[in-house]
Order: sequence, then structure tokens, then C-alpha cells
Amino acid sequence: MSVGTPLPHDAAILHVTGAAHYVDDVPVPEGTLSLAFGISSMAHGRITGMELGEVRAAAGTVAVLTASDLPFANDVSPSVHDEPLLADGKVHYLGQPLFLVAADTHLAARKAARLGKIGYEELPAILSIDDALAAGSRFEEGPRVYLKGDVEAALAAAEHVVEGSIEIGAQEHFYLEGHAALALPQDSGDMIVHCSSQHPSEIQHKVADALGVPMHAVQVVVRRMGGGFGGKESQANAVAVACAVAARATGRPCKMRYDRDDDFMITGKRHDFRIDYLAGFDDSGRLAVVDFTQYCRCGWAQDLSLPVADRAMLHADNAYRLPTARITSHRLKTNTQSATAFRGFGGPQGMVGIERVIDHVAHQLGMDPLDVRRINFYAAANKASSGNGTPARNPAEGTPQTTPYHMPVEDFVLHDMVEELEETSDYHARRAAIAEWNSANSVLKKGIALTPVKFGISFTLTHLNQAGALVHVYHDGSIHMNHGGTEMGQGLFQKVAQVAASSFCVPLECVKVTATDTGKVPNTSATAASSGSDINGMAVKAACDQIRERMSAHLAETRQIKPQDVNFRAGRVQAGADEMSFAEAARECYEGRVSLSATGFYQTPRIQWDRIRGKGRPFYYFAYGAAVSEIVLDTLTGENRILRTDILHDAGSSLNPAIDIGQIEGGYVQGAGWLTMEELVWDSNGRLLTHAPSTYKIPACSDRPDVFNVSLWSKGRNAAETIHRSKAVGEPPLMLGISALFALSDAVASCGSAYPALGAPATPERLLNAVNRVRTP
Amino acid sequence: MIHVSTTVNGDAHEFLCDPRETLLDALRDRLELTGAKEGCGTGDCGACTVLLDGRPVCSCLVLAAEAKGREVGTVEGIADGEDLHPLQRKFIEHAALQCGICTPGILVAAKALLERNPDPNETEVRYWLAGNLCRCTGYDKIIRAVLDAAGEMREAT
Ligand code: FES
Ligand code: FES
Repeated sequence: MSVGTPLPHDAAILHVTGAAHYVDDVPVPEGTLSLAFGISSMAHGRITGMELGEVRAAAGTVAVLTASDLPFANDVSPSVHDEPLLADGKVHYLGQPLFLVAADTHLAARKAARLGKIGYEELPAILSIDDALAAGSRFEEGPRVYLKGDVEAALAAAEHVVEGSIEIGAQEHFYLEGHAALALPQDSGDMIVHCSSQHPSEIQHKVADALGVPMHAVQVVVRRMGGGFGGKESQANAVAVACAVAARATGRPCKMRYDRDDDFMITGKRHDFRIDYLAGFDDSGRLAVVDFTQYCRCGWAQDLSLPVADRAMLHADNAYRLPTARITSHRLKTNTQSATAFRGFGGPQGMVGIERVIDHVAHQLGMDPLDVRRINFYAAANKASSGNGTPARNPAEGTPQTTPYHMPVEDFVLHDMVEELEETSDYHARRAAIAEWNSANSVLKKGIALTPVKFGISFTLTHLNQAGALVHVYHDGSIHMNHGGTEMGQGLFQKVAQVAASSFCVPLECVKVTATDTGKVPNTSATAASSGSDINGMAVKAACDQIRERMSAHLAETRQIKPQDVNFRAGRVQAGADEMSFAEAARECYEGRVSLSATGFYQTPRIQWDRIRGKGRPFYYFAYGAAVSEIVLDTLTGENRILRTDILHDAGSSLNPAIDIGQIEGGYVQGAGWLTMEELVWDSNGRLLTHAPSTYKIPACSDRPDVFNVSLWSKGRNAAETIHRSKAVGEPPLMLGISALFALSDAVASCGSAYPALGAPATPERLLNAVNRVRTP
Repeated sequence: MIHVSTTVNGDAHEFLCDPRETLLDALRDRLELTGAKEGCGTGDCGACTVLLDGRPVCSCLVLAAEAKGREVGTVEGIADGEDLHPLQRKFIEHAALQCGICTPGILVAAKALLERNPDPNETEVRYWLAGNLCRCTGYDKIIRAVLDAAGEMREAT
């Protein structure tokens, strides 16, 4: 059975030989044009004139398009039609596409794009959270609020109160493959688009609107991406639509790829946040009430900011039962890149907020933060209850324990996981050794932190929780399959191939998954929200089950036996007294005129959610994990390194442990990078100064923890009925990186008596400032 | 346009290129060797790493004209026909790749390391590869794969 086997990535051989094609590697037809955007050099203004004569006259230029050259929809927004492909009268951020150049070569297009002379009438730019609050610049009419209990009364009654604020920086996706697309005009006016997108159906929709044709006239193909991380959920729209409109205008194939600087300047990033908090608690560290105000900088267009900000609210409790809570969320509109999806989708920011509260409370009480964490955990899942069973009860209350959005928590497993991790990581002994080290050393200080993750799985927009698949069994026994998910390195294709191979009990080599194609599976959701293998795996299984049933019925009928007496095992089929290979069975069914092709469909059960009232069950289940990070900090320079990381993560019954462990390691490093070293800086004009790897630092090989122990939780099994009881693993591990931030906070705290109040990213500058703060009494 | 004759992966090649064209563009666009990737174009990510007379270079920072009369080695030349190089096999075995777009550059750089130092320790591997960014894997399995391949290659000789 191939499910549960640690098989390599499905295209691993192509990758190691350099033969795997990404969009930029696809051979293009003779005469293909290259595209580049001319972009705005002002953050907010009215366009008074665009002189493009020099652009048109530049060597190699074939066509130049502006908003007025677009006959149909000038819009690439995934949500509310507020994002023109090419600026229409106004510019809203520095880097916004204004015009599109099509030229003979990539370099010619880029050079020509710089020759535009744009006149602006400058308007005041709203750049920061404070600017936006002062100007009342926001999405939605006012803040969203989730409320559980009487916050004022609980605060008044609390034995202790802490108050504080944390800034959490943005993050650039830095998928190593930048955005790219290729549009190939067909006879009859149809368009085929190859692109690097997590959401082919949306590209199909946006391209159709831009060309003024029905969706059936557009076919979008995505074989693989060189990384996505959410950055290719909506941000791929502009590149693909640009190629399609230019291809329509010129009648020639058009290709576009962003140069790395353009990718930084044009596309959205993770939302930066400020979170203010007020928390009431008792002597034991037990939280009675938390009042969060989350300020979320969304950039200029709405994009996916509302569900991102929602998810930050939905993770403001992380693993902790908050008896009384208020979460207020401000979605602020600024003249900066439109912040977008990024692995975790707001969840990580919400989680950093509550982890900060816990850390602060522990500091105030002089306790080990782990003890404060544990005392506030949700109660363990009732061992007898399944995902459909009764909610775990909190002994203190005798009522089901619920989140601040009133969803019962029924599958909480962190008590056991954390206990195991404490032991395997030798947490307590190391904590004691660190205390000793810190009292003996005045310059190099060490710190340690164990932080948990509880992450909700499902799209919070309920209708997105659906998936389709198409499976063909050929009469030689080979199986061809498509599904709605896209491959961005997460190993989704391999996992669903394993599901299909297991369904027919055939070796994995019998199964082929080809490029995601809107012509094969329609109306797909983005490969996002960690849902890829959950929903597509189920859809594939549904299709395979149908074919298998038809085969069983036919083989049974011809032998006058019951369909239950037809067994698929180890690449063979047993039908009564007859035994044959899977290929022979397929051949026999074909000759018996049985349909060997099926579509499969899946919709996630049990979820319903009212995002305005903040009530319901947005998630099918939760994924869990915990990490311990130990760091060393040079208090004279702020330099630091991660000495050791131990992770225990719950992937349920893993479909593929090798792929899942890879996701966990990569997620941790990306999360730790976000919170410790990756810093995006805009100047006072709204210009992004960190727009290339020369100025924006992501973790390198030398930054990986010296000791890195990663395990899947051996008792993991999804209480909910997911594909083979596995759990989603794309996003949750990113938040394991939060332990690195709080390990740094722990080291800083050892320098004095005040609370470090360390913001993120904890760059050397921030760390030095924090050290100075705690040292000044 | 200038005329360049060079050796790529052991085979003689000739091409015409613009004097300002990078080796990366010439490999990808003129010789159809798309294994080397452009991750940044500024020498910061290592996705474009190739060997020039055995030395790893960022091909986005080398002019195509500089390849004249020299030996270029790319990821396409690492395997011996159908036989994968130990590094390639170990990358697959250790699941040392996810999206795979950094893999060609890392393999080329790692091969150069093992040619210089057949027995590197972990720190040497980490710092040698520090110029090759990977956004997916977190690097652990890459390091394990390189160390394991080095061990196997030492045993074989
Ligand atoms: S593309 Fe050459 S180093 Fe990044
Ligand atoms: S595997 Fe994706 S960048 Fe390394």
C-alpha cells in the first residue's frame, strides 16, 4: 500500500537532472514577445499625463498598452474588482503597473519600460498603520469584533493585568521562481495560458473577463511552481492577464516574467500587524480575559485581506482557552503593495499576539512560560470522542470548551505532545543549564522557548471547501489522473498518486498525474489553506472508488459471484476462482464495455461560518505541533543563532512521512526567518528599499539550527474523517518558528529585570534596543 | 553579435551572442540548457550556479563571451547518461528537494565542493552552500544528502 510510504517527490528525477520545466523553461514558438510593466514612482497621485513616445520608439518594442487600450475588464482583483491591471487615472502605490510593453526580447521590454515619462499630481500618501488610523482609511465600514463574555467585568475582577503592544513585520514570499506566464493565442480566438499560479481557475476567470470571452475559451495549465507560499494565489493574475491581453492585441504568443526587483516592487507580501493587548490573570498564570486589538496593514487593494484578517482573529487564542475574550480587528488601507496570502494567512500573526501575552504574563509572575502555557491549554480531547463525538469538557466549567468564536474544541492533543517533546528535547535540564550559563556570562546570553501550534484547517469562505478529480484507467492497466490542486513543491502530486495507487492496490508506477488543467477539472479552489491533499485526495479517492466498483460489478456478474468477492490486492485482482493482473482486469472490463473513467468530487463536511458575527464552525479540524528553540545572543552586537530546535508535529496518519517532514522543516525555517531576520523597509515616500536578496535576507544554509530534530507524532491520527486520517501540513509548521522569537525574548530578559517587549522581526537592532531597555531600570 | 566557441558538459558548442549577454541567458536561450535558473539576476541566490573551468560561478554575473575557450559545466552534465551521480541519488533518497528550482544550482555547487574536499564536515558544507538559497526545504536534508553522497563517493574510490 503506497499510502503512508516515505516516497520522494514525484518529479524528483527531473529536478536533479535539471529537466523539470517551469514556465520560463517551456520552449516558446518563434515570434513570441516578451512583456514588462512600466511602474509608478509615486505612492499616491493622479496621473496627469503619460508620454510613451520613447517607449514605443525603443529598439525591439512591438506594442505598448495602457488602460485605455483594454477593451474589456481592466481588473485583476481576486475579490472586489478594485485592482486594475493597468492604472486608470490614479496610482495607489509605488510600483503599481501603469503600462505594458511588448518587445522582441525580455531585456528590450525591460529597458523600454523605463522610458515612460509620467506626470503626477501628488496626493498625500497613507503609509503606516498610524497614518491609516488617523485618516480613517480602511476596508469594511469599521473594525470586526469577536466577543465572548463580558470583557470589562472580567478585567475589573482580575487579580493581575498586563498591557502591551507588539509590532509584527511583513514578509516577502521569495519563491525562488518569480512570477511568470505564457499566453498562446489559438485559432478561433481561444487562449491557452501557462502560468505559475496556485489558482488556475481564477486565472481562467480573470483572463476570460479581460478578453471578453466565456471561460470555456480559456484554458489554463500549471505543471509546477518554483515555490508559492500563498504569493501565487492571487498575485499571479496580473502576469497571466497581461500576457493574454497582449497576445490578443498583437496576435502573437506573449510571455512575461518578473525580474526579481519587479516581483518585490509589484506584488503583495504578508500583512504586517500591530497587536495591542490587555490581559487579566490570576497568581497561577491562568488567563481570565484577553482583549486584543489587531491592526492589519492591507495595502492599497482589498485582495484577500478580509479573510486574512479574519484568520488572524481566529488564531488569537492559539492553544489556549480564553474564558472571556474580545478581538477587534482593523483592516487598514494604505498606499503600499496590496498585502496578500502568505503561508498561515494571518493565523501566524494572531498566534504571535497570544504567545506574547503568555510570555508577558510569565515574566510578570516570574514563572517558566511553559507552565503558563500549559495551565491555559484547552482541555484534552475526550479520549472516547471522535471528530463527530461530544466536545471535550472543561472540568472547571462543566460546559463544552469553545474558542472566542464559539467553536467547540474537540480534538485537542497538545497536552500529550508537549509532554513528549519536553522529554525528548530535555527541556527542563537545558533550561536550568541556560540559567547557569547566563549567570556566568555577561556578553553571550542564551534563551529557550517551547511554543505550541493549534491551526484551524478549512477555507473560512465555506464554498471554497470543494475539489474535483478526473481519473482514467486505460485498458493496459495504467492510470491517468488530474485533480484541481497545483504542485508548488509541497509534494501534492505524489500524495494524491499514492491515494490512487492505494485505491486500486497497484504499484505507484502505474499512476501518472499530469499538469493541472482547467480543461480537465473545472471550478477549482486555490491550492491554499493547507487543503491541497485533504480535499483533492478525497476527490481522487471518490473517482477511483467509482471505477473500482464498476470493475467489481462487471467481474462479479460475468462469474456469477457477489461484487464483494472481487478483491484488489498487490497489483492483482481476485474474482472468485479467477486471479488476474490489474491490467488483465482492466482489459476484461473494457471489452465488457464498462466505463473506466470517472470524475470525483468532495465537499468538506460539517463546516458553517458566519464571518460577520464571528460565530460557527469555520474549521473541520485542527492541526497541532510544538517546537523548542534554543538560541544564543551576542548582547554587544545583537547577532544571534539558533543552536538547537526540536519539533514534534501532528500530521495525523501521514500520507507520506518524508514529504511531511520536509514541510515541517521548511515551514519552521521560513517562520523563524520571518520573525528574526526578514525585514521589509519602506522609506517615507512609500518606496520599498528592500527589493532584492541583496537587501532582504532570507535564511541561508548557514542559518539553519545547529541541531535540528524533527519528528512526526507517532500517535497522530485525525479524529475527523479525512483522507486516510491524515492532517494538512502545509501551513501549520510555519508557526513553529514562533519559538525562535520567544527564545530570543528569553535571552534578552536575562539581561535585566524589565520585560523585553521584543517586536518582530527581532533583527540585531531590535535586539540591542530590547537589551538596553531591560538593562535600564 | 560576437562568436563564442566553448565546451559545455564536455561537448563543443558555438553560438552568437550579444556582447552584454550573460552566460545564464546564453545557456538558457541559445543552447536550450534550462537547468540553470534565474532566481535574482544579481549574484545573490545561487540558482544560476554553473562551473567555469571547474569553479562554481553565478552565471548571471558572467558574460557569455567569457566562456570562450573554457569549460562550462551545468546540472545537465552531472549524470553519466542514465546513471545518476551519487549526489543526485542522495538528493532523491533524502527528499532534499521540494519545488526543485534551487536544486540544479545546489547540485552544481555541491559537486564542486566534493571535488575540492571529498570529506567535508557539516560546517564546511553549510558555509560552502550559504550562497545557494532555498525557500522550501529548510536545508537540513540538503546537508544530509551532500554528506551522505560524500561518504559513498569516498567508499567507491
Ligand atoms: S540568478 Fe544568479 S545568483 Fe541569483
Ligand atoms: S526546493 Fe524550492 S527553493 Fe529549494
